[in-house]
Amino acid sequence: MNALLGFMHKEMRHILRDRRTLIILLVLPLAQVLLFGFAVRTDVREIRLVAVDPAPDAATRSLQARFRGNDVYTLTRVVASPEVLPELFQRGEADQAIIFPPGFAAELGRAATGRAAEAPVLQVITDVADPNTGSALQAYADQVVRRWQRDRLADRVGPQVVAGALAGITPRVRMWFNPTLESVNLFVPGLIAVLLTVVSALMSAISLSREKERGTLEILLVSPLRPWQIITGKVLPYMALGFVNVASVLLAAWLVFGVPFRGSLALLLLESLLYVLVSLALGVLIAARTSSQRTAMLGALMGLLLPTLLLSGMIFPLTSMPGWLQAVANLVPGKWFLLSARGIMLQGVGLAHLWQETLVLTGMTALLMVAAIRAFDVRLH
Amino acid sequence: MTADAPAVEVRELTRHFGDFIAVDAISFAVARGEVFGFLGANGAGKTTAIRMLTGLLEPTSGEARVAGHDVRTEVEAVKRSIGYMSQRFSLYEDLTVRENIRLYGAIYGLDRRTLKARTTELLTRLRLESRQDTLVASLPLGWRQKLAFSVALAHRPGIVFLDEPTGGVDPVTRRQFWEMIYEAAEEGTTVFVTTHYMDEAEYCDRVSIMVDGRIDALGSPEELKERFGVDSMDDVFVQLVRPQQGEAA
Repeated sequence: MNALLGFMHKEMRHILRDRRTLIILLVLPLAQVLLFGFAVRTDVREIRLVAVDPAPDAATRSLQARFRGNDVYTLTRVVASPEVLPELFQRGEADQAIIFPPGFAAELGRAATGRAAEAPVLQVITDVADPNTGSALQAYADQVVRRWQRDRLADRVGPQVVAGALAGITPRVRMWFNPTLESVNLFVPGLIAVLLTVVSALMSAISLSREKERGTLEILLVSPLRPWQIITGKVLPYMALGFVNVASVLLAAWLVFGVPFRGSLALLLLESLLYVLVSLALGVLIAARTSSQRTAMLGALMGLLLPTLLLSGMIFPLTSMPGWLQAVANLVPGKWFLLSARGIMLQGVGLAHLWQETLVLTGMTALLMVAAIRAFDVRLH
Repeated sequence: MTADAPAVEVRELTRHFGDFIAVDAISFAVARGEVFGFLGANGAGKTTAIRMLTGLLEPTSGEARVAGHDVRTEVEAVKRSIGYMSQRFSLYEDLTVRENIRLYGAIYGLDRRTLKARTTELLTRLRLESRQDTLVASLPLGWRQKLAFSVALAHRPGIVFLDEPTGGVDPVTRRQFWEMIYEAAEEGTTVFVTTHYMDEAEYCDRVSIMVDGRIDALGSPEELKERFGVDSMDDVFVQLVRPQQGEAA
């Protein structure tokens, strides 16, 4: 009988026999996704907007109507002069203000037909006391205006001219793929990263350190089993479990939160598997360096949870971090997984765009697996 | 392994850990089919020596051949020809009796038919047929140790290393355990056993006693008792070990 198969069979027995742990491992990630998905949101709802409209015309009224018709916006009042704005913001009666220039409709008409060099300036003032929601607010307003403009031009001059008239506008990439700025769409890939890391690393770390603690590892090391067989035999069954987690979390993301899956599901599963492997290998390494289940657990939690939360780009954008921290973040596998997962789910890009991320993850997997196997090559110590 | 080669042959085997010399140029040989007691106080270097003989630890210098294979260059061959049972429990408690046997059979490369035959034989011998599907955790300690020993022999190794196999086992079971050791030896298996029980040392064909990394005495229990002019292995052990501990104190 094949030694590796026999060993894997034994691991499966361990997993299946410990029903309670199995249920925890299967249900916990799902529960977390639901909890986080509902709780952690940076979406902005009910924006109170003040319009400053010194000279109302067809265009200003049309745009104001657009804001009124938007679910997110409440147009609280229309004033003639911006002087009252500071007070309104301070009293907390306004989150955002939009200031129309006088003669808005006329200027817009001239710009659209090419008779004026520049488009009229529409000023948007936003309360950014909370920077997170602030930038979201700004982006919302930007988008409402842009759509309004596009529709207007389309109505008036037909599609061909629209393309030309819009040519000067630089689109914001971010707005394309998550147009309603649903934070859950950004969070779910991040959540998957965190859950996969913690669950996978915990599983392999605990399972190996348990053998260490009970003394069965010694028997395995004395046996003809090679270190690579021990590691593979440990990792593959847990990879299957990790895969079930990936599937259930993705399904929940899709069914409950309506997170889009624009790209290839196969590619997403492949990247997830790579990421599970990286995490399992990390767990093995942690178990190799610790002597008890408890320290291995703490090591896996502390050593992986925080870097993945903070440095993967899940919550805090990496681009706003100092250069050296961005360099450190390159070492966090979660960063690369997150880039691929978001790319596939939200942007629908394929391997052609994600080859770098995939390559990095593959490289990390290979490196960590070799390191894990070496850590168990007892003769080296 | 050639027919006349000793099961274990050790020459000037040494292991350093930094400045500390755990095993200091020990030499001995164990004949095939012999029950060899490897004694010594805690920290005398027994475990280090066994780890070198089982291929877990590389010697600093010296030479050792186990079942005819060099422990330095032919580790895999050494591992395939030995059985091992440690002082800590060597079976998986959350697996059944049969699953444990199956696992070790697979690890040691038994084919399906041999494994099946050995499993039946082993269960019959231990009278565990009716409990083959119970979890090992629910077996009494004595039975577990006997099972562990049988499992360590399931691939018919030429030599079996037993590291304090009877620790914490009641006297009756210990007696039964030694009967199993004798049976194995009669069938030609070399038994290399460490123990802290001196009555068990009396059961061995020959014993060696390690003190501070060196083998200070080697011979049959009768020879050693005669040489030290005492009546029991217990006294031999105490005479050898005490002066050293006195110095250290």
